[in-house]
Amino acid sequence: MTEHLLSFLIWLPVAGGVALILIGDDDDAASARAGLMRIVALAVSVVTFLISIALYTGFDNAATAMQFVEKYEWIATFNVFYSLGVDGISAPLILLTTFITPLVVIAGWNTITSRPAQYFAAFLILEGLMIGVFCALDALLFYVFWEAMLIPMFLIIGVWGGERRVYATLKFFLYTFLGSVLMLVAFIYLYTETGSFDLFGFMDAPLTLAAQKLIFLAFLAAFAVKVPMWPVHTWLPDAHVEAPTGGSVILAAIMLKMGGYGFVRLSLPIAPDGSEFFSGLMITLSLIAVVYIGFVALVQKDMKKLIAYSSIAHMGFVTLGFFLLWSIDGGMGAVLGVSGAMVQMISHGLISGAMFLCVGVMYDRVHSRKIADYGGVANTMPVFAAFMVLFSMANAGLPGTSGFVGEFMVIIASFKANFWYAFFAATTLILGAAYTLWMIKRVVYGEVANENVANLTDLNRREFIVLAILALSVLVVGLWPAPLVDMMNVTIEQLIEQVGQSKL
Amino acid sequence: MIGLEHYLTLAAMLFILSIAGIVINRRNLILLLMCIELMLLAVNFNFIAFSRYLGDETGQVFVFFILTVAAAEAAIGLAILVVLFRNRRSIAVKELNTLKG
Amino acid sequence: MYDYYLTIVLAPLAAAIIAGLAGKQIGRAGAHWITILGVGVSCVLSILVLKNMFWGGAVAENISVYTWAVTDGLHMEVGFLVDRLTALMMVVVTFVSLMVHIYTIGYMHEDPGYQRFFSYISLFTFSMLMLVMSNNFLQLFFGWEAVGLVSYLLIGFWFKRETAIFANLKAFLVNRVGDFGFLLGIAGVVMFTGSLDYATVFGQTEAIAGQSIEIFADTPWNAMTVICILLFIGAMGKSAQAPLHVWLPDSMEGPTPISALIHAATMVTAGIFMVARMSPLFEMSTTALGVVLFIGAFTALFMGLLGLVQNDIKRVVAYSTLSQLGYMTVALGASAYSAAIFHLMTHAFFKALLFLAAGSVIIAMHHEQDIRKMGGIRKYMPITYWTSLVGSLALIGFPGSSGFFSKDLLIEAVKDSHWHVDGSLLYWFAYLSVLLGVFITALYSFRMFFLVFHGEERMDKETKSHLHETPAVVTVPLVLLAIPSAVIGWITVGPVLFDGYFGDAIKVLPEHDVLAALGQDFWHGSMALVTHSIVTPVFWLAAAGVFTAWFLYMKRPDIPEMLQQKMSGLYNVLDRKYYFDDLWIKGFAGGGRRIGQFLWDKGDQYLIDGLFVNGTAKTVGRLSGVLRQIQTGYLYTYAFAMIIGLTALLGWLIWLR
Repeated sequence: MTEHLLSFLIWLPVAGGVALILIGDDDDAASARAGLMRIVALAVSVVTFLISIALYTGFDNAATAMQFVEKYEWIATFNVFYSLGVDGISAPLILLTTFITPLVVIAGWNTITSRPAQYFAAFLILEGLMIGVFCALDALLFYVFWEAMLIPMFLIIGVWGGERRVYATLKFFLYTFLGSVLMLVAFIYLYTETGSFDLFGFMDAPLTLAAQKLIFLAFLAAFAVKVPMWPVHTWLPDAHVEAPTGGSVILAAIMLKMGGYGFVRLSLPIAPDGSEFFSGLMITLSLIAVVYIGFVALVQKDMKKLIAYSSIAHMGFVTLGFFLLWSIDGGMGAVLGVSGAMVQMISHGLISGAMFLCVGVMYDRVHSRKIADYGGVANTMPVFAAFMVLFSMANAGLPGTSGFVGEFMVIIASFKANFWYAFFAATTLILGAAYTLWMIKRVVYGEVANENVANLTDLNRREFIVLAILALSVLVVGLWPAPLVDMMNVTIEQLIEQVGQSKL
Repeated sequence: MIGLEHYLTLAAMLFILSIAGIVINRRNLILLLMCIELMLLAVNFNFIAFSRYLGDETGQVFVFFILTVAAAEAAIGLAILVVLFRNRRSIAVKELNTLKG
Repeated sequence: MYDYYLTIVLAPLAAAIIAGLAGKQIGRAGAHWITILGVGVSCVLSILVLKNMFWGGAVAENISVYTWAVTDGLHMEVGFLVDRLTALMMVVVTFVSLMVHIYTIGYMHEDPGYQRFFSYISLFTFSMLMLVMSNNFLQLFFGWEAVGLVSYLLIGFWFKRETAIFANLKAFLVNRVGDFGFLLGIAGVVMFTGSLDYATVFGQTEAIAGQSIEIFADTPWNAMTVICILLFIGAMGKSAQAPLHVWLPDSMEGPTPISALIHAATMVTAGIFMVARMSPLFEMSTTALGVVLFIGAFTALFMGLLGLVQNDIKRVVAYSTLSQLGYMTVALGASAYSAAIFHLMTHAFFKALLFLAAGSVIIAMHHEQDIRKMGGIRKYMPITYWTSLVGSLALIGFPGSSGFFSKDLLIEAVKDSHWHVDGSLLYWFAYLSVLLGVFITALYSFRMFFLVFHGEERMDKETKSHLHETPAVVTVPLVLLAIPSAVIGWITVGPVLFDGYFGDAIKVLPEHDVLAALGQDFWHGSMALVTHSIVTPVFWLAAAGVFTAWFLYMKRPDIPEMLQQKMSGLYNVLDRKYYFDDLWIKGFAGGGRRIGQFLWDKGDQYLIDGLFVNGTAKTVGRLSGVLRQIQTGYLYTYAFAMIIGLTALLGWLIWLR
């Protein structure tokens, strides 16, 4: 199985999703068919996760080449291959994807009452496609997965979303689609230059500075929207607010990582000189994301919006870490920045997912996301409050939680680059704590604010399990990030070396 | 002697008449259909004239094709007209603007 | 010893986890037994470690426990550096913590969050031990933030109280401002040394001091100065030095045991400990030491003054803590690190004692904290009274008490720190501040003491009828803390300050070493110091303070009231805490929210979403609104357009090609 491991990971959930659609919906949530359907969804996602553990155990931390490679002819006329493989950058992200999806399935267990089979199917298919993005080594394959991924997400927000779901989906779709089309243009240009869609061919292709700049900008359009970077971030809060809980979790935990992944996988190695040329701009935009968005998050009245904005600020660290290496003249720092950014991606996946689940728990009971509708939740839901405070602390980057690891590494690397980079990046210590804990103060602490809060019931077993698993992983990554960091080290060192050599 | 140019002029005149008919006519859809027939007639004239002039029979064969198509078209067109009239109680061109943006 | 260290750290953690997660199952008694057991084990082992250091001749140990992560050649590890400084801190932390654990049984016995409270304070002990035992900056920062977290949780322990949850948010955020500087300082250390490990970093101090960093273009600053000041900003946050002190008085919203443990004895002294630990760095930058000296002196004097106008029993003690922390900071600035740590130790004992005594009064008064409603409690609560007296005397530096040795020598050290030549004004400011501070300390401490324990009984009848001494779980810790408060100075002053107890743990440049100079000229043993004290200004200032307090609040209580009315301007400044709170709350917090609102309204909603995103959509809509006019819907228009197009195309083909 190991030689087809990646294909399994991609197509098993997709097949599961198709099977669910075939089982079909039953509006009676207690019926046997509805029960079967949920169990199938959970089983498929859990089996996918179990298979992905083989990816971890079989992964060679010291190897510089791609691992678990599969390559078959796909469209021979255009030299397109179905070629898959993972390295230290993509493997952790795949593990994150397979880890989060079962949790999302459990979280939606019986809160989704309309068309549950299609809901779960959308998530399973989405999982397969996202894994596909992370392991595609052929640009066209990458593009197909990349665009196909939009469809289930579009449906998830558009069908199971909130009141303004149509506005949000359109905004989400147009924003992301517009960016990716330019990426396709860049791919086609590179195809005409190299004669194939092989990503390694792209990386080795000699390109002029002008071409590299344009390619970088085309990629930027695609990835900046996904990350999202300031100022193309405004789709995210809307999409998050309207999406169902599971959709928000996947969106924040994994889809945003696509942008960051795109930068390391494509922008940096394919257009190193272009990246160098724009690195100042990228750093500036990242720091604006950290500071500006931090302030904006402070005044949000909707919990989901607040967390969405905090996601943007945290992703600012990712892009900051990626583009530091040209500001660091020699010695330590470049690898540290990229490692930090990668760890930040994983950690943000866990934390923001958990935060959205927490909001979902409250939303399921009160049907409001407004901060003002809550207050004193800790009185009626003590266990939940403990989880919420823990995740908030992680969100604020407290050492011992995963949120700290990436931020710490990136801040250290950015100090090496420039004092002011570190200065503005470190404001997240204050801003992050301010917006997160202020929300906690208004929602969790205090006297019981109203009838709704007084009638709250604490977590049920299903919710407890989901949050406990996430809490545990947040703490493990925070207290012992070594396994994760070791997995990425060699790949990142190689990447830095590759990017450091000019293509001119 | 009546030469090629006379036939061509006649055909052109018929064609322009039919165009004028299509553009100016706003009341009756049947008129529109007849104008289209007229247009085809003008084309047929050209085919025959050129066929004779060049000594090539292919053109005359095409005329038969066009006549057949025109007949079929008229039949279908009238049938559509009947259905349209049944549905809307009118065949005034002015009222048929569902394509308006 | 490795097993010892691990047990010391993990015992409280395990207890905290058990009490926190299985609180319901083990019950109230289970929770306090298990946490007391955990901390007790730590305390006993810590004492053993200290004993080995003191008499066993044990040397400093630097052990790595596990590798947190390695990347880019940067080793991030978790490990212990146990030297003499650490050993002393460990004993202070675990001992005070143990006392507070026992005391809590009495103080919190009616509280529904009993198990949670024990879990928190045990977790705190773990965090604080991680902080003091760390052998690298990463773990230091971990402990630093972890104690901040527990402090946050404990200040907001009674989370239904609006004031408590306001105070805990404030405490966390103000601390974060300090941590902001601290983290940048750590980043600076890594930048210049490529390591987080203390030993490696301290080995390269000369190299760092030789480099410069350009923060503003073309103005190179000494790298060491920048790093030290950044690190000190962290210490200012944690140790509540002005202007980052504003959180400490508000933190008194938490239960009293934690005020004693966290906000008096241990956590707030983390900053002092950190600077002492970083002495090899700070020694290399006179400028940074000058900043430390100034901030400390400012805090010592001006925060003490605020204690004069407070009426909440805990807040008076809180302001005295601020002022005493200022004293320690001044000592750090004068390179008398040992004196600072020594004062830290004595202060931990007597301030914890004072807080617990205050708590004892509060229990007896049924959670009344206003000293204007107390008075004459002495006869109802003899143990609390006597232990409070011991604590107060230690605080004002009564000859022979522990506070006397630490404070007196600290002031002598500041007096001798003439090497701050480039700031002679600074030197005088510092020296006069600490000297004047003695008078003020005595004044506010005994104002409170007299108002609470002497004079007429101002409480209501109901309270008075219930007034009696608190149970043994409360008074035993008081007595146990009163003993070291009284005698620890006498015993340890010689070895700690003059016989080089700290050894290599603290590094002082020879030209800065005021304590060595004192040791040669001034030190002739504890007894001599006590007898000598009669002729020092410190003693007379303290005595004057006590007398003034007695005169103003016992003899002529009308005078303070008159002063308050006559000098209402000054009183208001003090009552409003020099407007620092307004600066932070209205200025920074309010300003931040306004900036956020502005960016949100004008930036995100108006400019980006309004103008660019929806603006684009609207423009497209408007444009197509114009274009749709062409679409008449009439067949003939389309036919005509086709013919014109065809003609045009044909014309172009025929004539223009």
